[in-house]
Amino acid sequence: MALDYSQKVMDHFMNPRNVGEIENADGVGEAGNPKCGDIMKIYLKVNPETKVIDDVKFKTFGCASAIASSSMATELIKGKTIDEAWDLTNNAVAEALDGLPPIKMHCSVLAEESIHAALNDYRAKNGMPVIPMEHHED
Amino acid sequence: MFCYLDHTATTPTSPEVLKAMMPYFGEIFGNPSSVYSFSKKSRSAIEKARSQVADALNAEVSEIFFTSSGTEADNWALKGTLEKAKISGKNHIITTAIEHHAILHTCEYLKKVEGAEITYLPVDSEGFVNVDDVKKAITDKTALVSVMFANNEVGTIEPVAEIGALCRERKIPFHTDAVQAAAHLKIDVKAMNIDMLSMSAHKMYGPKGVGALYLRKGLRPESFMHGGAQEKGRRASTENIAGIVGFGEAMEILQRRLADDLAVNSARRDRLIAGILERIPHAKLNGATGKHRLPNNINFSFIGVEGETLLLDLDAKGISASTGSACSSESLDPSHVLLALGLKHEMAHGSLRFTIGRLTTDEQIDYVLDVLPEIVAKRRAMSPLWEDYMKTQKGE
Repeated sequence: MALDYSQKVMDHFMNPRNVGEIENADGVGEAGNPKCGDIMKIYLKVNPETKVIDDVKFKTFGCASAIASSSMATELIKGKTIDEAWDLTNNAVAEALDGLPPIKMHCSVLAEESIHAALNDYRAKNGMPVIPMEHHED
Repeated sequence: MFCYLDHTATTPTSPEVLKAMMPYFGEIFGNPSSVYSFSKKSRSAIEKARSQVADALNAEVSEIFFTSSGTEADNWALKGTLEKAKISGKNHIITTAIEHHAILHTCEYLKKVEGAEITYLPVDSEGFVNVDDVKKAITDKTALVSVMFANNEVGTIEPVAEIGALCRERKIPFHTDAVQAAAHLKIDVKAMNIDMLSMSAHKMYGPKGVGALYLRKGLRPESFMHGGAQEKGRRASTENIAGIVGFGEAMEILQRRLADDLAVNSARRDRLIAGILERIPHAKLNGATGKHRLPNNINFSFIGVEGETLLLDLDAKGISASTGSACSSESLDPSHVLLALGLKHEMAHGSLRFTIGRLTTDEQIDYVLDVLPEIVAKRRAMSPLWEDYMKTQKGE
């Protein structure tokens, strides 16, 4: 089946932003599993004073919309505080990409979940309470 | 460079075939069922096509029935046979786990609506059905055995003649879906003891919308299409004359080219396979090798990479290919064929299929070998799965 992706999805898929790893990252989080065909891993560098995300990188195994969702999500949280980043929803990621095909919405959920996992990893390492993760239906 | 490498999905109607079809869209439009002499031309065109198809299969002319597609031929063979067999208390169908959905979904339907019992035979890691498994699965309730001639995804050619001989001995009708195989291999329904065989024209440079079912003389499955008396009352509906003419022509041309095409395609297939194995580390060929594989099929899994991304990257370079990954389909499950071969989910998601044909050139093979390694490397570099895989490799 041919999937019609928006130009933004194709742009972020062909030229993904923030690909890679951060050595000695302050927070690392992963979501998805190989069985579903998607794994997303997020690395964070957080300013200890301001709690602003100074740098973020990702690695993703998955389809074009998974890669585009990771790329867009990292763009959206870069320069935000950890609290602002926590509030990034999967819908905001999908909207920023000018929409995803309905069957691909789970890719944006994966982006939200992997960022939450990375933020919680950061919180745990810095003596902050871990925030219970919501489980998405999507 | 535009590289169409998806000949298993469909092929372009060849110019000679199209030329043969054209009169039947215009001047020769008569309904073959009409009595007046004008319609005789339509009737004889269909009969010519029927003998072209019959000759190619070593079948009798009266054993070829035209349908709207390979899918319809599969539906007719399975539903018609089971409905007929129910009268004598038989409700069991033996098929395989790697059939096309035209077979699998028809079996599911028969299970649901007719209470049929379905045995799905497993395959080995190269996609072969074991003839002994067929033998063991047969019961006194078995109404039909249906095993595909060659698999559309991985190209494995099944031991059809052996299964045919077994079924003939046990007096059980044997159907084979030859939608892919008929486009590449010499098929002799008599020598191979095939009772029913499905085909489709558009896989062999004929038009879309026409197929055929070979039905051995003496078999009378229930009809699938009910209505007029076309096709000796066995398949109603006014004939798709132009399509049928095109099918006959395509089949005849194919038989003339068969040996040459087999040699050319096999050589290109093996060059592409060898090139990929040489240039891309940790590439896994899916399916069988040599003469047990369709001459036009190349199917690989690249650990760490998802298939849809490869298709889009290749598309950006002008290359049309296919994948068994779920991400290119409506469902979220990867290919049932690759899973049946024992592939892990992530390997099934990472599959890529090239199918070569008359549009393929040696330059295109070189071009694919030029661009594919870079694409796979780029996507692996951003894959956490590849990273984990490499760690386990180094740890060994």
